[in-house]
Amino acid sequence: MNSTASPLRWIAAAALALATLAVVRGAQAEPPTVVAISARRFEFSPAEVTLERGQPVVLRLTSLDVTHGFYSKQLGLDELIEPGKVLEVPLTPGEAGRFTIICDHFCGAGHGNMKMVVVVK
Amino acid sequence: MAIDRRDFLRITGLSLGAGALYRVAPALAGELAPGDLARSQRAAHGEAVTPFSFVQLSDTHVGFSGPPNPTGAAAFERAVAMVNALSPRPDLILFTGDLTHDSETPGEPAARMRRFKEIAARLQVAEQHAVPGEHDAGLDGGALFREFFGETSSAFDHKGVHFIGLDNVSRARPEVGPAQLAWLKQDLARFPKTAPIVLFTHRPLFDLKPEWEWFTRDGDAVMNLLEPYENVTVLYGHIHREDVHQVGPVRHLAARSLVFAFPDPALVADKKPIAFSAEHPFRNLGLRVVRAGPGKAPRPAALSIDEVELTMREHSGTEGFAQLLRPTSL
Repeated sequence: MNSTASPLRWIAAAALALATLAVVRGAQAEPPTVVAISARRFEFSPAEVTLERGQPVVLRLTSLDVTHGFYSKQLGLDELIEPGKVLEVPLTPGEAGRFTIICDHFCGAGHGNMKMVVVVK
Repeated sequence: MAIDRRDFLRITGLSLGAGALYRVAPALAGELAPGDLARSQRAAHGEAVTPFSFVQLSDTHVGFSGPPNPTGAAAFERAVAMVNALSPRPDLILFTGDLTHDSETPGEPAARMRRFKEIAARLQVAEQHAVPGEHDAGLDGGALFREFFGETSSAFDHKGVHFIGLDNVSRARPEVGPAQLAWLKQDLARFPKTAPIVLFTHRPLFDLKPEWEWFTRDGDAVMNLLEPYENVTVLYGHIHREDVHQVGPVRHLAARSLVFAFPDPALVADKKPIAFSAEHPFRNLGLRVVRAGPGKAPRPAALSIDEVELTMREHSGTEGFAQLLRPTSL
């Protein structure tokens, strides 16, 4: 019997087991929270959402009437929400604070004040 | 470059009824006789800048009526009367967008554009140029604006100054777009780097307050095209308040509106119009008079800016909503 190879085999086996466990646990990880946001002239609903810093979410965006913009330079959001379509946008907020998302696709007289707030804690 | 206010600032005040006119006047070139300066400028830059004035009117929003301004187009009409009283008469008028307030009632957008043209026709200034605002062109890509006013972007020369009207509203988003950027690049290439340029547009070309949609998405691309040019002034509207902002050598000047004002975004959280005052119905509304002339060498031009707050009729000496409703004798 080779007394040097046996401990190495055990170490390799243990490492393989740990790696397998990590992959399985990864496959079973919680999917990101979905935050549903709808847009219609001239408001987003909900008007305010609260997210956790570093926690990935998926913003599920829909429009109830016309095309709306969904823009925030600080959050890196720049989308067009078209009626009849569902748009899923991943977001992982990098810093805490209070951020405004605006509609930047002109949608009528009340467009200038169409916005929502994201609070990141 | 537009005037260096620290060196050339001179303020005089005149009282017009309840309002006041402040004038910032540049020092003109002192070394050369006017004729010599004109000849040297013409040799260096093409057509010489001969003195003239023009007026910027912005955000008339014809068709709007609501709590921030229940007087309809009264401020616009008052501005027309004030422009017509200017001496000397300005050579041209620049409208920097939101000529009309949008409506989705069939036929109403066209009716508002016709109404705008009726009022503007009373200006005793034949040459008028306009760029649209998002309320004029944001819903239909500028189609109706083109029927009434022509192309949404344009360029022309006047007495040695090159004017460029840029459209940053017709694409629905606050942007100029690649086609117009290419056109702008081609247009600018015709001019030397020292050419006096006035660019007029609706939205700010820089990030003034993106949360209030006071920005242009590709404004940086516009500014990069303008960067080599030493003598550029940008006039714009949209924000319904005066603002002065310097980006490199370029000065950006926002004009008061002729419907209602917005507050300073540095002081308030919400974008809400400043409340209407029955005692001072034209408070915070106004027009801009720009006087162009030869600059101090080596600058070919200097612009003198007069920010004029709207007043009631000069002969009355009083303001007020009640006075506004009295029949005019003008």
